[in-house]
This record gives sequence, C-alpha cells and structure tokens, in this order.
Amino acid sequence: MKDLLTALQAVIAGIAITALIYWLLNLLIHRFPEKIKKKVEPYVFIGPVLFLIGAFIVIPTLQSIRLSFMEEEIDGSTTWVGLQNFKDLFAEEYFPKMVVNNLMWIAIVPFLTVSIGLAIAQFANNVGARSEKIFKSIFFMPMTISFVSAAVIWRYIYAYAPEGQDQVGLLNNIWIKLGGSPQAWFQIETFKFNNLLLMVILIWLSAGYSMVLLSAAIKSVPEDTLEAGRVDGANTGQIFFKIVLPQIWPTVIAVFITVLIGAMKIFDIVLAMTGGNYNTTVLAQTFYLEYFSYGNTGKAMAAVVILILAIIPVMFYQVRHYRKFEAAR
Amino acid sequence: MSYSKGKTKSRGSFVVLVILAAFWLIPTVGLFITSLRAKGEAQTSGWWDVFLNPFSQDWDLSSYTTVLTENKLGASFISSLAVTIPATVLPLLFAAYAAFGFTFLKFRGREFFFSVIIGLLVVPIQGALVPVLKMFISFTDKTGIEISGQYAAAWFVHSAFAMPLAIYILRNYMMTIPNALIEAARVDGASNFTIFWRLVLPISVPALASFAIFQFLWVWNDYLIAFVFVGNERPVLTYTLLAMLGQYGEGWQAVAAGSFISLSVPLLVFFTLQRYFIRGLTSGAVK
Repeated sequence: MKDLLTALQAVIAGIAITALIYWLLNLLIHRFPEKIKKKVEPYVFIGPVLFLIGAFIVIPTLQSIRLSFMEEEIDGSTTWVGLQNFKDLFAEEYFPKMVVNNLMWIAIVPFLTVSIGLAIAQFANNVGARSEKIFKSIFFMPMTISFVSAAVIWRYIYAYAPEGQDQVGLLNNIWIKLGGSPQAWFQIETFKFNNLLLMVILIWLSAGYSMVLLSAAIKSVPEDTLEAGRVDGANTGQIFFKIVLPQIWPTVIAVFITVLIGAMKIFDIVLAMTGGNYNTTVLAQTFYLEYFSYGNTGKAMAAVVILILAIIPVMFYQVRHYRKFEAAR
Repeated sequence: MSYSKGKTKSRGSFVVLVILAAFWLIPTVGLFITSLRAKGEAQTSGWWDVFLNPFSQDWDLSSYTTVLTENKLGASFISSLAVTIPATVLPLLFAAYAAFGFTFLKFRGREFFFSVIIGLLVVPIQGALVPVLKMFISFTDKTGIEISGQYAAAWFVHSAFAMPLAIYILRNYMMTIPNALIEAARVDGASNFTIFWRLVLPISVPALASFAIFQFLWVWNDYLIAFVFVGNERPVLTYTLLAMLGQYGEGWQAVAAGSFISLSVPLLVFFTLQRYFIRGLTSGAVK
C-alpha cells in the first residue's frame, strides 16, 4: 500500500514538474525579442520530447550497435573485436534453427491473423447488430491479456503427463479420445510442430485487433459498388474478392504490417512456454538469454542488431507510407 | 447505404461464428474454472469435468487467498499498479505538447523530426535496454541516487517508449481541430502557451483517453521492462506469474488463480472503456 501511495505522489509530482518545466520555458522565451521567440518557441513544445526520445531510444540504440562490435570485460571496459560477436552467434548450434523459426513466425502469423480477422469481420457483418457486438467482444477480449497470462492459459491446453497418469490438458484429452496416446506437444519438432503451437497463441491474441480494423473498413465500402456487382450477377464470393477486398486493401496491408512487427519481436510467449527449448528459440529470446542468463553482452547485442536490421525495411515502409498519406490529406 | 445495413441475417455466418467464438472463449473459460477448483481435483482431471460430473465437484476459493498471500501476488498487484499508473499518466502532457508543436507550429526540421517519430513506432525496445540500464547504473555510481530497481526506472523507460505512439495518436486527433479556431484565438492575442492549455488540451481529451487506455494495458502486461528495471525486489504480476509457472509445485489451480487476478484488471478496463479503446485503434494506433 505504501508503494501505491508513492506512485500516486509520483503522478502528482510528475505532472506538477512537467507543467512547471513548460511554464518556465515559456516564461524564458517570452523575454526574447519577438523575431527570435517565433523561431525558438516550437522547440519549447517539442524539445523535451526530443530529449526523452534521444536519451532513452535513439542514443541507446546506437550504443547497442556499437556494443555489438565490442567485447566487454567484467570490469565494464570494452575492446573492439570487429565482427567476432556475429561470428560467435552464427556459430551457435541454435542459430540456423532460430533464423528458420523467426522466418516462420513472420511468414505464418501475419497471414493467418489477417485472414482470420477478415473472415470474422465478414461473417460478423451478416448476423445483425446485436449478435455482431457480442461476437466482436469475444474475439477482441484476448487482446487485453498479457503474453504471460496467455502462456498460462495455453499451458492448460497443451499440458502433458506421461501415459497412465491423469491428463489435465485439453489437447491431450481430445487426442486420447480420438485414439492416440498422450503427447508431449512442445517436444514434437517434426515440421516445427511445436513452433506452430506457439504461433497459435499469438494468432489467438491478435485476431481481434485485425478483425476490428478490417470490420471498420468493410463497413465503409459503398453499397452501390456491391449493388453494381449483384446486378451483374456476381455471387457472394466474387463480390467479396473482386469488389470488397480491393477497396479495403490499404487496411489489410496496415494490419498485416502491424502484426508482422509483433511477430518479428516475439519474445514473451516463447519465454513463458518453452524458454526457447526444443528448438523454438527466436531472436528476441536469444538476446534475453545471452544477456541476462549467460552474461554474453557481445552475442546479445549482435542478436539485437540483427533484429534492428530486420525491422529497418519495415520502418522505411512506415515512414514512406505516412508521407504519402500526409501528402494526400 | 453502407454495406453493413439492409442485409438479411445469415444463419450460416452465425453458425461459423459460434464455432470460432467457442475456440476463442474456451481457453480463458478453462482458466477461470480451474482457478475455482480444489487442488486435488485440478491436479487429476481437466476443467471440463465440471460439466461432465457437475454434482461431484469440490469448489474451492482458497486458491485465490493462497496466491495472494503465500506467493505474494497481493504485493505484486500493488507493484503492478505502482508501475502502471505513473507510466500511464506521466507521458500524457509531454506527448500533448509535442503533438501541438507538430500540428500547429511551423519550424525547420518539422517533417524530419516527425518522420523519425514515425520510424521509432516500430523500433524494438530490446535495442535500447542494455545501454539504458548501464546509464542508470553509472548515474547511481556518480550521484548515489538509486534508479535501477526502483519504480522510477520503469516510469522513465515506459514514458520514453510511449512517446512515438502517443504523439502519433494525438497529432492525428489535433489535425481534425479546425485551423480557423486556432487562428481566431491568435487574432485575439492568445499565445501558443494559452492556446494549448485553454483550447487544444481540453478538446483533445478523447484522444488522451484512447492513448491512456493503450498505455495502461501495455504497461500492465509488460514483462521485459519490469524484469530489467524493477526486477525481483518489487516483482510485478507478470514477473511473479512467470516465476510461478517455473515451479509446478504450486499446482494448476494456484497458477490459474494468479493469472486470473492479473488479467482481471485489463478485462475490467476493456469492458468499461471498450468504446474509447476501439476508437483509439481505428484512429491508427500501431505498436
């Protein structure tokens, strides 16, 4: 309870201090001549944020990149080792498998999340307003659940006990009913099956997000374009794929990109479900493991740099997309 | 007429949705039922047993009281609140100021800085973690003021990483405010400072609310930043839960109860503020 009080004090003090900073900066620039004031004032508005972003995101990220070329001694001193950290990381037995896992995450999760979201949005459009609302809440609800809680939830589904013991896992019970013997699902590496089981969790969590955005887009498709299709004798499928889908395509891409970024950075689910064992490890999990468990700063930073490099194209895409959007309005 | 209206209801769509909805609901329902069962039962049979043998069940609420006290989940609950509330409120004013600057003021480098902010929307937190941690530690070495391991460390990091999304949402919203309104205030002699506080900030409350909901859920559900910057002295819920998951001795029903406590808050936020949440989403929120 004392902690909560501290937090509330921090909120009040924080707001007061923030307001004070801006107030003082404002007082200061009002002492400048009008001409200079006009030039400086915008930076008073964005300056504190630029400082925050610089100090906590931009500079540290650049430092991480620098550290990926360094070896760190126990006393904290660093020496330049060139690409050695990357070579060490590439030489790890898990490395090629990890790359395949990451590629699978980004190839499968965004596609399925968008497809399922689209299907739900389309079906929900046909059941009447009241049912639609209830269904949407159900699909959307997992979005508010943390990755760690989701991991707990899905552990009940994938749970395994050796044959002859009580099975509490839903999947194993269904499997046994169908005539199978209990399976340790996370250890099945054939066709990366265990990875797929982890991906199901992210899809379960994010399909609601995709559904909400796509549903809004579907509803904004003008009726007369559909009517024109019907008059021409198009069936439901043709109307959806030839008329609706092209019109909502920008939203489809936007959702796809957002889920793609989430899949690239995937970490908590893997950590909580398998800890990266049974060849389910991914980049962000490797960073965590190498840095916090093994104290391998160099290798951890190399993993981070690869993650950043992978995200940079998406970043450029976002900025370009935004510029186009901005020019259009 | 839009696509949504004037269509006949489809029975087929309804059936498909019911099946899909079951798939989406069952995991969470299973968790909830498990958390209410007695230890012996939860260890020996699946939660659906309560439907198969409804009259021979041992219900037991003690999982909740046990995890709250023995596993210190009660303390973790407080820690989570202590991290989340300031980390949600503190970024608001910073972001609103910057969004105002980007929307209503003209200056050199505006496009450049805003492009950087858009780019930073997707940058991975992992990239900044280690240097920030080192920065906190060297700050402590020089000044003797502890940051790392305190809530404040998480407030700073969460606030900074919230900026791109917050500014993006707020700017999108502020761009819908008619420019004539701002110009009229300027003609009346109001300074930008006054226009911000008296005019733009009050109008922007819905956008601030949308962002606050996002940030609240994001911080509450975060594991990584809480693990790195607050750590095990004041473990937050995700931290404690992950630790419990590692020790199976606790029993299924205990972890289930813990998990349900953790997700009760986001669910409450979701069901009470769903409208703002979805409005925020559709106004172009990406994270």
